[in-house]
Amino acid sequence: METFITVKEMCHSYTAHDGQQVMALDHINLSIYEGEFVAIIGANGSGKSTLAKHFNALLLPSSGQCLVKGLDTSDHDNIWPVRQRVGMVFQNPDNQIVATVVEEDVAFGPENLGIEPTEIRRRVTESLKVVDMEEYRHHSPHLLSGGQKQRVAIAGVLAMHSDCLVLDEPTAMLDPKGRQEVLSTVCKLHKEEKITVVYITHFMEEAVVADRVIVMNSGKVVMEGLPSEIFSQVTLLKELGLDVPVAAEMAYRLRQHNIDLPKKIITDEELVVTLCP
Amino acid sequence: MSIILKDISYIYMAKTPYEKIAIKNINIEIKQGEFVGIIGHTGSGKSTLLQHLNGLLKPTMGQVTVEGQDINSKDEAALHGKQRVGMVFQYPEHQLFEETVYEDIAFGPRNMGMEEAEVERRVKKAMEFVGLEHEQFANRSPLQLSGGQMRRVAIAGVIALEPAYLILDEPSAGLDPRGRDEIFGQIIKLYENTDITVVLVSHNMEDIARMANRLIVMNDGQISLDGSPADIFRDCQSQLKKAGVDVPPLTLLMNKFNQRGLTVDESVVSMDAAIDSVLTAVRRR
Repeated sequence: METFITVKEMCHSYTAHDGQQVMALDHINLSIYEGEFVAIIGANGSGKSTLAKHFNALLLPSSGQCLVKGLDTSDHDNIWPVRQRVGMVFQNPDNQIVATVVEEDVAFGPENLGIEPTEIRRRVTESLKVVDMEEYRHHSPHLLSGGQKQRVAIAGVLAMHSDCLVLDEPTAMLDPKGRQEVLSTVCKLHKEEKITVVYITHFMEEAVVADRVIVMNSGKVVMEGLPSEIFSQVTLLKELGLDVPVAAEMAYRLRQHNIDLPKKIITDEELVVTLCP
Repeated sequence: MSIILKDISYIYMAKTPYEKIAIKNINIEIKQGEFVGIIGHTGSGKSTLLQHLNGLLKPTMGQVTVEGQDINSKDEAALHGKQRVGMVFQYPEHQLFEETVYEDIAFGPRNMGMEEAEVERRVKKAMEFVGLEHEQFANRSPLQLSGGQMRRVAIAGVIALEPAYLILDEPSAGLDPRGRDEIFGQIIKLYENTDITVVLVSHNMEDIARMANRLIVMNDGQISLDGSPADIFRDCQSQLKKAGVDVPPLTLLMNKFNQRGLTVDESVVSMDAAIDSVLTAVRRR
């Protein structure tokens, strides 16, 4: 598989209120492959968001390198090509919608790229269709639900023809229904449109659906692997201040009571089927 | 001693094309010492309901009384009634504005006309309660703290008002699991050690199941369920689904065991109790 984003020995430091240098990212080495769905988890302040902001050059490395499709984000000439390829969706649905009509908001990106109006229309229709928001194209965004707003934001990224979507806790402010809408939209884009996805979340049950999970702590990548490999390490995750899915925790605790269960169990279905064959 | 909502309805933008009935004919009594969880999907009327509890919204119809006092009347007593109710909004850290943590927390008590010595006592107590070291944080800018710390400063600002009723709208949104456990740990401690009444709105069913002793489910501007969390999560799963809310992940898992023929107790709210129930069932087999 070809790499989409390569991070080499990357550091990011800033000066804190007391004048001390803080290392928000500490020598990160990482590859995100084309078409991959990567979830990043970690406590508040572990460096997840700082890392994600390097993927589309919103932040630049203090040292080391971040390459997007081979383009070095530190090279000023690469900023726009990088941002066109890697689109970002943030936590707060109300902070990222700029227009007063849904379709105008989705058109904002392609308009800025100087694309022909007929092509913009085509892209807006196509993007809204993918996120299942076409019937709302003439609506005012502020009357939409949180989940709908996030889907409009995702459509805005798609209309740029970005092939990598970076989502920074996109469901943190949503209710369970909104969370489900956003997650299934992201899964669909990954499966059907072959979009590369980087998904930051505090909800472990969302991270379970990823191809690979990266765990961050104090500016470093501390664990990396399949969801089943990561979430079976219950004690380690708890030490890092993280949760595990309910089924993973129950399986872990039952094993301590000498119930024979395979280590890779992380979903309800796996646990229930194993215990009640 | 209670908050009583009698026949409350609220209509947004009445007599315009956007007119919307947010809540209708709500009748509830929140008694002193209760820990009430409120759930419901976005747009079900939870926030509208909350804002009636301390007079931020005036009902279109009906009456709100706090400890017998109509809080929407215009006299002095109404103000005192409202001051009994402390409200922590969603993302309360967005409302921090003072230059230091101390000043921000002192703002409320000063506004209530308290002596400076009393203000200081309350600020110190509130900071201790939310786990912020006075020495270390009192003179820092609240705007340069981490997200979790800012949230705690904002909550301390409400705690310093020493409300009899504490209303919290999604206090853990956006916090990591550890931050969430800290905030809830402090709320539980406050609840257990004083006679405070807590009303908690959350999308996290697990937290509600664990902490609340009464659960109110809102749907379409009305109260669709009202009872003990264990009973509701065990017996009313179809109504919960209809109301657009989830049951806690643990209840869901226990439910799946039962469906596959392993008889376990679906009303458990803690992992420890769930493990006991599953172990008993497995060993019985």
